[in-house]
Amino acid sequence: MEFAELIKTPRVDGVVLHRPFLPLVEGTLCLTGHHLILSSRQDNTEELWLLHADIDFIEKRFVGSSGTIIVKCKDLRIIQLDIPGMEECLNIASSIEALSTLDSVSLMYPFFYRPMFEVIEDGWNLFLPEESFKDLESMTDEWRLSEVNRDFSICPSYPPLVVVPKDTDDDTLLKVASFRHGGRFPVLSYYHKKNGMVMMRAGQPLIGPNGRRCKEDEKLINATLRAGKRGYIIDTRATAVAQQAKARGGGFEQEANYPQWRRIHKTIERYSVLQDSLIKLVEACNDQSHSMDRWLSKLEASNWLSHIKEILTTACLAAQCIDREGATVLVHGTEGTDSTLQVTSLAQILLDPSCRTIRGFQALVEREWLQAGHPFQHRCAQSAYSSGKLHGEAPIFLLFLDCTWQILRQFPCSFEFNENFLVLLFEHAYATQFGTFLGNSAAERSATLKLPQKTVSLWSWVNRPQEMEGFVNPLYEPNSLVIWPSVAPQSLQLWEGVFLRWNRSSKCLDEAYEEMVHIIEYNKELQKKVNSLRRQLAQLETEEI
Amino acid sequence: MEHIITPKVEHVKLLDRYNAKNPAIGTLYLTATHLIYVETYNDTRKEAWILHHHISSVEKLPLSTSGCPLIIRCKNFRLLHLLLPREKECQNVYQSLLRLSQPVKYEELFAFLYNPKQNEQQRREGWAFIDTATDFNRMGLPNDYWEISDLNKDYEVMCSTYPSTLVVPKIASQATVMGSAKFRSRGRLPALSYFHRETKAAICRCSQPLSGFSARCVEDEQMLQAISQANPNCPFMYVVDTRPKLNAMANRAAGKGYENEGNYSNIRFNFQGIENIHVMRNSLQKLLEVCALKSPSMSDYLTGLENSGWLRHIKAVMDAGVFLAKAVADEQASVLVHCSDGWDRTAQVCSVACILLDPFYRTMKGLMMLLEKEWISMGHKFTQRCGFLDGDPKEVSPVFTQFVECVWNLTEQFPCAFEFNERFLIDIHDNIYACQFGNFIGNCQKEREELKIQETTFSLWPFLLKQQEWYRNPLYKRSVKSGPLRPNTLPLHFKFWCGMYNRFDKGMHPKQSVLDLLLALTQKKTESERKMTDLQRVSGILRFEYFHVTFKQNYGLTNKLRYINFKDWTQAVQGSDGFNVVIDQCM
Repeated sequence: MEFAELIKTPRVDGVVLHRPFLPLVEGTLCLTGHHLILSSRQDNTEELWLLHADIDFIEKRFVGSSGTIIVKCKDLRIIQLDIPGMEECLNIASSIEALSTLDSVSLMYPFFYRPMFEVIEDGWNLFLPEESFKDLESMTDEWRLSEVNRDFSICPSYPPLVVVPKDTDDDTLLKVASFRHGGRFPVLSYYHKKNGMVMMRAGQPLIGPNGRRCKEDEKLINATLRAGKRGYIIDTRATAVAQQAKARGGGFEQEANYPQWRRIHKTIERYSVLQDSLIKLVEACNDQSHSMDRWLSKLEASNWLSHIKEILTTACLAAQCIDREGATVLVHGTEGTDSTLQVTSLAQILLDPSCRTIRGFQALVEREWLQAGHPFQHRCAQSAYSSGKLHGEAPIFLLFLDCTWQILRQFPCSFEFNENFLVLLFEHAYATQFGTFLGNSAAERSATLKLPQKTVSLWSWVNRPQEMEGFVNPLYEPNSLVIWPSVAPQSLQLWEGVFLRWNRSSKCLDEAYEEMVHIIEYNKELQKKVNSLRRQLAQLETEEI
Repeated sequence: MEHIITPKVEHVKLLDRYNAKNPAIGTLYLTATHLIYVETYNDTRKEAWILHHHISSVEKLPLSTSGCPLIIRCKNFRLLHLLLPREKECQNVYQSLLRLSQPVKYEELFAFLYNPKQNEQQRREGWAFIDTATDFNRMGLPNDYWEISDLNKDYEVMCSTYPSTLVVPKIASQATVMGSAKFRSRGRLPALSYFHRETKAAICRCSQPLSGFSARCVEDEQMLQAISQANPNCPFMYVVDTRPKLNAMANRAAGKGYENEGNYSNIRFNFQGIENIHVMRNSLQKLLEVCALKSPSMSDYLTGLENSGWLRHIKAVMDAGVFLAKAVADEQASVLVHCSDGWDRTAQVCSVACILLDPFYRTMKGLMMLLEKEWISMGHKFTQRCGFLDGDPKEVSPVFTQFVECVWNLTEQFPCAFEFNERFLIDIHDNIYACQFGNFIGNCQKEREELKIQETTFSLWPFLLKQQEWYRNPLYKRSVKSGPLRPNTLPLHFKFWCGMYNRFDKGMHPKQSVLDLLLALTQKKTESERKMTDLQRVSGILRFEYFHVTFKQNYGLTNKLRYINFKDWTQAVQGSDGFNVVIDQCM
C-alpha cells in the first residue's frame, strides 16, 4: 500500500495552530506518511511534528467555509487546527483518521525511521536474558536457564529463555504449561539476594469446574520453598472473580493440593475497567469548568487513584512477604500479563536498589514487561480519548509508571532517574519512532516483526549521554535499602506531570527544578575547587620546605 | 498547679492507628504548662511535649478491658489516643486537662509566665522589630492622595477595634471620615490596607454599611468617592463584598447589608461568596474527621474531602484575593473590601491580595509585617477565633488557618517566589495557638494596650528570625521579576495539605526531604566559599614567597618583582589561575 493513497490533501496553507499555553502559529500544514507537520516557515518559530500514531481521536467542526480539527493525542495533549476551506478540512481529517489507524504494524513509523545519531550501544543487545542469568548464577545455583520455549511453541507470550528451578526438567515444564493459562508456567521473576527468597509469576492454574490438579505444577513451585517454610501465592483477583474463573476453565490453587502455600487475594481490576478509569480521569482533568466539589467527585469517580493504591498495596505485600517474612512468593492473576507484571515489577523497585537506577529500570521494563509478554501493541493502541468499542486497550503500563512516580515522590533521592524519564516511557509506549514497544510478545518482536533488525531501540537513543542528561535525577544518592512507600490516600497524588501536563503552565515548576539543579551542581563544583586548592597548597608547602 | 491532681501516671499506652498491635508504653506527666508523654524503649527515650494551650478537646471513652481511653485533640492537628491503666487516674488527668486547656483569664496564658531570659531592652527591641508604620512608608505613604490620620488615637470616637493610626484619603474631611465610621458596622470605616505604587490603585477595607433596606449616608458616599478619586488612573472603583449574596441580603433585615450601587458614584459592586465562620468551623471539623479515619479507602478519603467542603472554601478565599490583585494590577482600579465586621474574610482576602501583588510580603519579614498589619492591628479577633480562653465555642473558627493554607498553595505553584518554606507557615500557625508570645493575644489593639502586652510579654518575630536558616526556602529567587503572581485557580490546583493536617502521621510524608537536602547544601556552600577564600589567601602568600625565592635564585629578577605589590598578588591569584597572570607580568 502506498501512503499517498491515503493522503487526499498533502498540503494546506494558512492553517492556524492553537496549543495550550503557547502562542498561535499560522503556517502551512503538510501530511506525510507518518507525520502531521505544521510550519510557519519562519526561523524562530518552532515547528509542530506530530506522529500520526500519536493521534488518539479527532473532532471536526465547521464554521462558515472554514473548518476546525481538534486533535487529541495519546500523550493527552489536545491541539486545534483551523483550516481554511471546507473541502481541505474534510480531506485532512479523513487522511489523519486513516493514517493514525493503520492496521499493519509493519507500516508503522519505526520501520521507516532512520536515526540521525550514531548508535554507540545497540539497545537491542543491552538486556539479554543470558547476561542477567549470569548475575543470578553468581548468587545461587538453584535455578537454570531453560530453552524449552525456544520456538515459542509452549508459551507464545514467553521469551525463548526462561529461568526455572534447577531440578525441574523441560518435560515437567511442558506438563505444567498445559496446566497454566496461556502456557505461562511459573518462572523466576526476582531473586532477593539479601535472604535468597524469590518471586515467581505465572498464569492462573487451569483447575476448571472439576478442580483439576497437576502434580508437576505442585512439584515445580514446591521446589522453590525452603524446608519447613510456607510460601505465599498472591492472586491479583478478588476471591469471587477467581471463583468465577473456574467455570471458564481457570481458577486458583486449591489449599488441599498446595498445603505449603498461603493464598492471598487482592483486587486489581481488569483491563477494561482500567481503561474506563483513564478515560474518566482525563475527562475530569481537561474540564476547566468544574467547581471544587465537581472536580473532587469526578476524581473520585474515575477511581484512578484507587487503582494506584490497590496496585501499590499489592506490590508492598509481595515485597513484605519476601523481605520481612522471608517467604517465597508466586504472583498471578488471570493471564499473568497485566496486573501480575505490575505487582512483580513494582515489588522489585521496592526490594532491589538496582531497579532504581536508569539502566536497572530499563532492564526491569525489558525483563518484566517486554520479555514477560505484556501485550503493548494491544494495550496502547488507544489512549484516554478512545471511544467506541475497544479491543483490549488499557493503561496497565501507565499505571505502573504512575505507581513508580508515587514511590519516586516519596523517595526523591533514591532514584537515579527523574520524572521526565517516566513521562518519556509513557509517550513511547503509545507512539514512537523506536521499535522497543511494538508488538505484543517476544515472539512477535523477534520472529514475526524482526524488530531488532528493522528498527532502532529506544534504549539506543536514550542512553546517549546528551539525551540522558535530561533524565538524571540530581538528588540521587544510591540507597541500598528496601524502601517502603506509604499507601495512605493522603500520600498518593494525581500525577500532574502526565495528567495536568498540558493544562498548566510549567514555567514556575521548571524554574524551580533548574534552580535545584543549579544549587547541586554549584556545590559539586565548589567542592572540587576547594579540594584542588587544598592539594595545591599541600604541594606548595612541601616544595617550600 | 492547683488544677493538677495526678502529676504522673505510669504504664500509659499510646495507640498508633497504623500499628495497633504494638502500642508504645510510657509515662504521662502533667506540668503547669505541658502534658508530657515519655516513652522509654530499651535505651531510647522519646518525648512528646504538648502545650495545654494546644489542646482543643479531651474526650474520655468508656472503660475497656485494656484500660481507660483518653483522646486528646490538638489545635495543631495532633491526635493522641492514650490508654491509662486505672480509671481514677484517668478521671484525674481528664479533669485537670479540661481545666488547664481552657484558661479563663488572660493572666493564665503562657505568654505572661514565659521568660526567655531577655532584658527589658531586648524585649522592647523585639516589639519594635515589626512596625506597621514603616510599611506604609515603604509603599510611599503619606503622599499626595493619602494621609496618615490619628483620629482614632484613643479608640473612642470612631472605632474601638481599629488601630490608633489609619491611612485615609487626603481629600476626605474629618467630618466625612467620622460620618462614614458612624454608617459602618462597629465603626469600622474604610481605611487603606495596601497602596500599589505602580498603578496608584489602593486596597481599602471596612465593615458592612448600616444600609438596611434603604438607609443612606452622605459622608459614607463621599468617603467612597474620596477613595476612588485618590486613584488618578481609574474612573471607577470596585466594592467587593466577600460574603455570599444571600448572607449579605439577610443582613439588611438587621439594618446592615451592602452598598446600593445607585447611591454611590462610579462603583462596581460584586459578591465573592466566602462562607461565614460557622460554615468554616464545621468544614474543618469534617476535614479533620477524614484525616483521622483509621484506614480509609481512596474513595472514603476523596468523598470525605469533597463533603468537608474545605478545599472549596480555600479556593473561594484565593479567588477573591486574585480578583483584588487583578483589579489593582491589571485594571489599575482601587478596591474597597468588606464582609460583615471586616475582620475575618476581609483580612483573608486583603492579605492574599497583598502577597500576590507585592514580593515583599513573600519574604519572612514581609509576612510578619502583613500579619501585624492586616490581622493583628486591624482587629482580627485571635483570642476568640483561636479559643485562647474558655468562651463561646461559636466564636472559634479557622479563619487564619485558611489564610496560611492559601499561602501554602501559592508556595506550591510558585516554588521560587517565597523566601520561607512550609515550616515557617506551620510554626507561625502553631505559635498563635501556643500563646507563648504576646503578639496574637487579645482581639484588637485597644485590648492589647490594656493588657500591657508589650510590657509583660515577648514578641514572636525575633525568635522566628533567629531560626531563619531552618525556615529558608533554598529555591527562593529574590530577583524574581515584580508584577503580581497569577496563580491558577482551577480546582485541580488545590491540594490537600498533608503537611499541616496529617503532620503528626510521619509515615504519610515523603521519606526523604528535598528541602532538608537543599538547605544542607546551601549551608555547605557558604562554608565551602569561606574555606576557598581562606585557602586562596594562604596559597597566595605561599606562592608569593615561593615565587620570590625561586625567581631570585633562577633569574635574579627581583627588581621587576617590586612592581607587583602584595595586594595585586592576592587579587590576581583569586581572579583565576593567578600564577600565570603574574608570571606574564614579570616576563
